[in-house]
Amino acid sequence: MSEYLPVLIYTAFIVAFAVVSLGVAALLRPSRPYDAKLQNYECGAEPIGEAWVQFPVGFYLVALVFLLFDVLAVFLFPWALTLRGLGMAGFWAMALFLFILGLGWLYAYREGILEWK
Amino acid sequence: MIRHVITAFVLLNAIVLIVTYLTYVERKFAARMQSRIGPYRVGRPHGWLQPIADALKLLIKEDIVPALADRPVYNLAPIVFLIPSFLIFATVPFAPGLGLADLNIGLLFFLAVSSLEIVGLFMGGWGSNNKYALLSAMRAVNQIISYEVPFVLTALIPVLLAGSLKLSLIVEAQRGLWFVAYPVIGQLAFVMFLLATIASENRVPFDILEAESELVAGFRVEYSGMKFALIQLAEYTHMFGVSCLGALLFLGGWLGPGLPGPVWFLLKALFIFLLVTWVRWSFVRIRVDQILGLSWKVLLPATLALLMATGFWVALRSGHVA
Repeated sequence: MSEYLPVLIYTAFIVAFAVVSLGVAALLRPSRPYDAKLQNYECGAEPIGEAWVQFPVGFYLVALVFLLFDVLAVFLFPWALTLRGLGMAGFWAMALFLFILGLGWLYAYREGILEWK
Repeated sequence: MIRHVITAFVLLNAIVLIVTYLTYVERKFAARMQSRIGPYRVGRPHGWLQPIADALKLLIKEDIVPALADRPVYNLAPIVFLIPSFLIFATVPFAPGLGLADLNIGLLFFLAVSSLEIVGLFMGGWGSNNKYALLSAMRAVNQIISYEVPFVLTALIPVLLAGSLKLSLIVEAQRGLWFVAYPVIGQLAFVMFLLATIASENRVPFDILEAESELVAGFRVEYSGMKFALIQLAEYTHMFGVSCLGALLFLGGWLGPGLPGPVWFLLKALFIFLLVTWVRWSFVRIRVDQILGLSWKVLLPATLALLMATGFWVALRSGHVA
């Protein structure tokens, strides 16, 4: 675990860097707000309504397909590390797994999920 | 302990310095491509003080928080965006033994942390309560997760060839032959890696999330002053981090004749960075359906096929016959 200690210290430094630079800026900068300045930017026109709207459902479909293949990537990491020791047996096992997953990809393709609408 | 503190401090400052000047290099490079001179006035020769002047200017600029914004989310976003961009350098070895922590799972750490940047990005887009910003953030998440999978798969090809996730061992495995020169596999993997890099860094031609003509400045449209500076810094740092990863995985990291290791490494990282910049100033933006189609229909099967081909080759050479 001790080899992660530098990473932790480094993280602390990054946070400190961000906070200190924002803090210094807060001390140095002017602050002269007025209503028109604080409006949301909409190319100079009066903003209409809030921006917090419903998501198009297409984003969820992409996220679902992503989840599937990201899990695949997680399985591939240990496989890639140990393939040398496993030899052809390891290769064929992963090939079978990918074949089954490939059918899923094909299904998604045929159903038009991979098509952005 | 003291040693770790000093290393971490030096690393952070070195990266800030390098990335600050990377923006200068990009501006000069872009200017040359367009027959301009680029920054010239601040500091002789060739305006070399320009990045410093920009940083100072942004430091003393007023910080405008929109009245409708979700203040905590809006204020935290630049910091959350900044952390993963710098943290990816934690496992990068600049030369043998020269790096913060050469973890056993170096590459996995890099990939995992690197993809966290979308959290900060989406916080910025959502917190601004601005339609441009939110549209941009949604497009960004959509695009980054779409290219995350091909990116990880291409990064796994050097792992297969080297048999390790430790970045220094991956470099050492390239002592005889850089992976980019590995017959067929190397070149294809490198091109796919570049493509996935450009897309997941949202560079032109994949920059729909900040398409200037439609979304102004994308998710950072409401940011000003130092927060804007931090977001820009984080973005360039991330780009540089991924360039470093490319140099480590395919271009043999610090290996090279003559020059000292760290110099070779930085030159190679700069080479990848300039390749991406070159693409940026040469092509036009493509549509969102083309971007997603390219990822899911072409790049994903292609990288998987290449990974399996590499796997077949590695398994064949390992000598174990099933």
